[in-house]
Amino acid sequence: MEHTDLVLLWGSNARETHPIFFHHVLRAINNGARMIAVDPRRTVSAQWADLWLGLDVGSDVALANTMAREIIHAGLANTAFIENATSDFDAYRAAVEPYTLEVGERITGVPADAIREAAHAYARADRAQMCWTLGITEHHNGVDNVLALINLSLLCGHVGREGSGLNPLRGQNNVQGGGDMGAIPNRLPGGNDLTIDAEREPFERVWGTKIPAERGMHLSEMFQAMEAGTLRTLYVVGENPAQSEADMGHAIHLLEGLDHLVVQDMFLTRTAALADVVLPASASWCEAEGTVTSSERRVQRVRKALDPPGEARDDLQIICDLANRLGYDWGAPTAEQVWDELRSLSTWHAGMSYARLEALGGLHWPCPSEDHPGSVILHDRLWATPRVGAPAPFHVVEHSPPVEALSSEFPLRLTTGRRLDSFNTGVQTGGYSSPLRRTESVDMHPADAQRLAIADGERVLVTSRRGAIEAPVRLDDTLRPGLVFMTFHFQDDIATNILTIDATDPKSGTAEFKAAAVRIDKLPDPRDTQATERHETLHDQLAGVPAGGEGK
Amino acid sequence: MDLHLIPDAIPTAAEQAALDRVLGHGIAADDTLSRSLHQGHALRSQRHLLLPALQALQSHIGYISPGGMNAISTRLGVPPAEAHAVASFYALLSLTPAPPVVAHVCDDIACRCAGALSLCDSLERRLGPAGVPAADGRVTWHRSPCLGQCDRAPAVLVQQAGDTPAELVLAPADTPTLLQTLLEGPTPASSWDRAAALRAAPQAADPTQSATLRLLQRVGHVDPTNLDAYRASGGYAALRQAINLGPDGVIREVQDARLMGRGGAAFPTGRKWQDVARATANPHYVICNADESEPGTFKDRLLMEEDPYALVEAVTIAGYATGSARGYIYVRNEYPLATSRLQHAIDQAHLRGFLGANVMGEGFAFDIEIRRGGGAYICGEETALFNSIEGFRGEPRNKPPFPTISGLFRKPTLVNNVETFCNIPLILRAGGTAYAAVGTSNSTGTRLFCLAGHIAKPGVYEAPFGITLRELITLAGGVPGDHQIQAILLGGAAGTFVTADDLDLRLTFEDTRAAGASLGSGVVMLFNETVDMPDILLRIAAFFRDESCGQCVPCRVGTVRQQEALQRLIHNHEPGNRANDLVLLHDVAQVMRDASICGLGQTASGAILSAIDKLDLFQTQTTPEVTA
Repeated sequence: MEHTDLVLLWGSNARETHPIFFHHVLRAINNGARMIAVDPRRTVSAQWADLWLGLDVGSDVALANTMAREIIHAGLANTAFIENATSDFDAYRAAVEPYTLEVGERITGVPADAIREAAHAYARADRAQMCWTLGITEHHNGVDNVLALINLSLLCGHVGREGSGLNPLRGQNNVQGGGDMGAIPNRLPGGNDLTIDAEREPFERVWGTKIPAERGMHLSEMFQAMEAGTLRTLYVVGENPAQSEADMGHAIHLLEGLDHLVVQDMFLTRTAALADVVLPASASWCEAEGTVTSSERRVQRVRKALDPPGEARDDLQIICDLANRLGYDWGAPTAEQVWDELRSLSTWHAGMSYARLEALGGLHWPCPSEDHPGSVILHDRLWATPRVGAPAPFHVVEHSPPVEALSSEFPLRLTTGRRLDSFNTGVQTGGYSSPLRRTESVDMHPADAQRLAIADGERVLVTSRRGAIEAPVRLDDTLRPGLVFMTFHFQDDIATNILTIDATDPKSGTAEFKAAAVRIDKLPDPRDTQATERHETLHDQLAGVPAGGEGK
Repeated sequence: MDLHLIPDAIPTAAEQAALDRVLGHGIAADDTLSRSLHQGHALRSQRHLLLPALQALQSHIGYISPGGMNAISTRLGVPPAEAHAVASFYALLSLTPAPPVVAHVCDDIACRCAGALSLCDSLERRLGPAGVPAADGRVTWHRSPCLGQCDRAPAVLVQQAGDTPAELVLAPADTPTLLQTLLEGPTPASSWDRAAALRAAPQAADPTQSATLRLLQRVGHVDPTNLDAYRASGGYAALRQAINLGPDGVIREVQDARLMGRGGAAFPTGRKWQDVARATANPHYVICNADESEPGTFKDRLLMEEDPYALVEAVTIAGYATGSARGYIYVRNEYPLATSRLQHAIDQAHLRGFLGANVMGEGFAFDIEIRRGGGAYICGEETALFNSIEGFRGEPRNKPPFPTISGLFRKPTLVNNVETFCNIPLILRAGGTAYAAVGTSNSTGTRLFCLAGHIAKPGVYEAPFGITLRELITLAGGVPGDHQIQAILLGGAAGTFVTADDLDLRLTFEDTRAAGASLGSGVVMLFNETVDMPDILLRIAAFFRDESCGQCVPCRVGTVRQQEALQRLIHNHEPGNRANDLVLLHDVAQVMRDASICGLGQTASGAILSAIDKLDLFQTQTTPEVTA
């Protein structure tokens, strides 16, 4: 990151949500790198940028395609890279052709000049980093959004070189590691595809059992299965879906309807409160041995410093004990023994002994053998001539607006996100205070507030097709009129996910947290009893009473 | 940027308008509705306008309010905490509401000898204590360090904030005139005062001497507001000659002239020019250090007030020779007349093609911008000056890297003093070798001396290096009245005291160095036997304590300990303690010399210790007490 010339930060408020990573961005900026931020909100990250593009929520594909067309027409596409390392360019070129600057401006709301400037800056940079987070993925077409950004990087050859690449920023220190270890519906550890016999069978040999060869379910599909009645038992490890799922009222309703719910967590979360059995777990960063894998695929050791308190146990021990109770003798392996088994099955990790991880302070996968230095840059093969391996394909992707269009009944676009000093549903951050933390609010542009005769700090009723909640208003001129913002850090007080829509991306299973349609109403004057009654009726209709299949 | 603005502090329309003058129009309210915005480097690269923006609020509003601070922070992308750190660094910026008219009354060493303390006493009787609003809140006054008007002591700087700010120096000042000025507001004279110029340079008024003057040749004889008068007196012939010689040729002439810097450090000027010209990093910058704040020094002020075009021409030549397109003249804030004369000269030079995109039609670009100081002696230290221009606190940087490699904006930078620059046209017109024929072999050319204190005809004198102290004092009419010389301060507060025993000292770099003294900034301040020297030393100690930037410990702590020890020596008559305090003074001085990162701490005790030693100030008094 420090060695790049341009950072294109797309759908990410990394200054607040990835503060450590953003220090590396700041080092790049101090080294002279330019930054372009793409975000509907003029966030504090965007305020560091040399250019901010304030696109309409959910118009990312249109913006990326417009930039691509401009790059192609300006003769700035990296033709040598496209020819050597990619495939399907002709189809892509044809697909982006309709996205003129004028069309792009109309769909995204960003002035054509600014789109052109961003396109030229990205294409002309010697080295450019593309970084994104949930502003790209938490849409009904999140995968298309990602592909649109990958297309841009292939178009300019900004991948696989030092200072040039694609960086989906992870929300936790070990999100990457979770996926690498197989916590993905169709994957086994080391990225092996369980639907492919040759990749599955080594695991069956070592584990001494048959592994179902069908893809499993992701989280959203599990909730659909609960709704369909085909999933009746759920084992939740380190997740709080009762508060993190979109359309939360509905999610709680489904969890409550299960035959059996087991929750394994460090905290008695809202989900754990619904559980039949709660398994108190250890803190993985200080009460257990193991590894974590960061966004840059660097595997690092984690060491145990403390015994877990009370009845809490190491997750590894809980899982092995559970296996023993279920009739399988898994024994009591150490973390290193489990790791060495992984190394025997995953070529990514084969060369990463605990001793090497310790001595080198971590290694990047793929690291196929103990004499391999690890792979800091993943896609450098694309620069080899002749090319090594399969070409990187362009994907044709088209603009698709948010599922929930704005209407006269729900005229405001609600987008959700996070703030610096809280983490997700607040399970890990609600327990301590922060000098910067405000209580949750619905943030809106002063012009909207003026139009609705709402004062700064006034409590209002926020209503979507799924429910309604009360929240205080905070005026924020970094938003634009028509756009309101909330977080879901304080779900116990202000359950923002009552409002969000669970329209999910069919490929990733991620819900469209970034785009709901809402209305905001003043609360009735308590002295006006008629209005109060009207309000209470409305409130009963909406709040806490799941609205059912709306928006599915 | 996450600026963390001061809560609930909104700038007024007047504050925004004052900032518009410096920063152009800010983001309009409608712009917040825009769907794209340029900030980032473009915004933060304006940081160098922080001090001018703060000064705009000071001069138009009278102080920097929290709302004004928020406006500056937003428009420059500087967090208020950092802007506050800069604003609070400068003595002439106020962070609390202040009356529109402020008098800065010099009570430094030269003005002290000319009745400054009784002026302060009468102000205190008429207006109340310093710093307290008087006259229905319209007026206040402060004590000030040296205002650089020592030949016309006592001096007062009057500043009036408002829509049309005004500044005026009253010197010599008397109570009735000062009170009238404060109540009616200062009205600076608009035309050239030839008589005042001739008084400031007594040699210029003497027909037998005026022909020998070089640096002072135009003072009192050529209208400093008239570019054509300047050209008629040989102006811009040197720039023409420079262009004929080419950059390398110019540098060769400067090297042949063996010109040494006149700011105090006496570094070979030609080498600096060559180092900057050859530096590979770009762009290059030229800075004229006109932050003449050394107590007792006023020669640069005279040059800027009375021959501003010569400085503008010299800086332009430096830009040409070093491959710089931009020059700055950093003028101390207390010099309003010098500032307006220079600005006028720069404007006229622009108008006539002597500055701008195509200087003299010769295909090189050069511009000069004036930056005003904020009332901080330390900003005369060149690296502190860089930080001040860049919009940071004026704290010196460690050297190396030296400015010729990494100076302003971390780029190769030439910094020379006003007097040094004004030698350049002389060198180019005479030729370097001919220039070097004047003076001594190691101190070439002439030197400006600031004669003040107990001297018959105070003012700026020009003499070839090698003149003795006695000859110089004789030139200025000697000590008036039936008085004797008790002490002479050479080189300013950062210099050394000598006595009547040293009158045959030849004033060259090498002779003064051999004598353990320094020419410094050319100060020659005389004190007759009636002067309470311990009081002068206490004022010098107070000066250094006030002006220490506080960045490095030896100076921050040392200047305080020095003042305390001196106070004890003067007021405490315990002989044992007295010996301890003398040891302490020497120890503290040694630590400051060895461990301070800049010249301020390194020289903060030189004058004080030299006076104590040479005048035997405390030991002679203690000896009889000890024997008793």
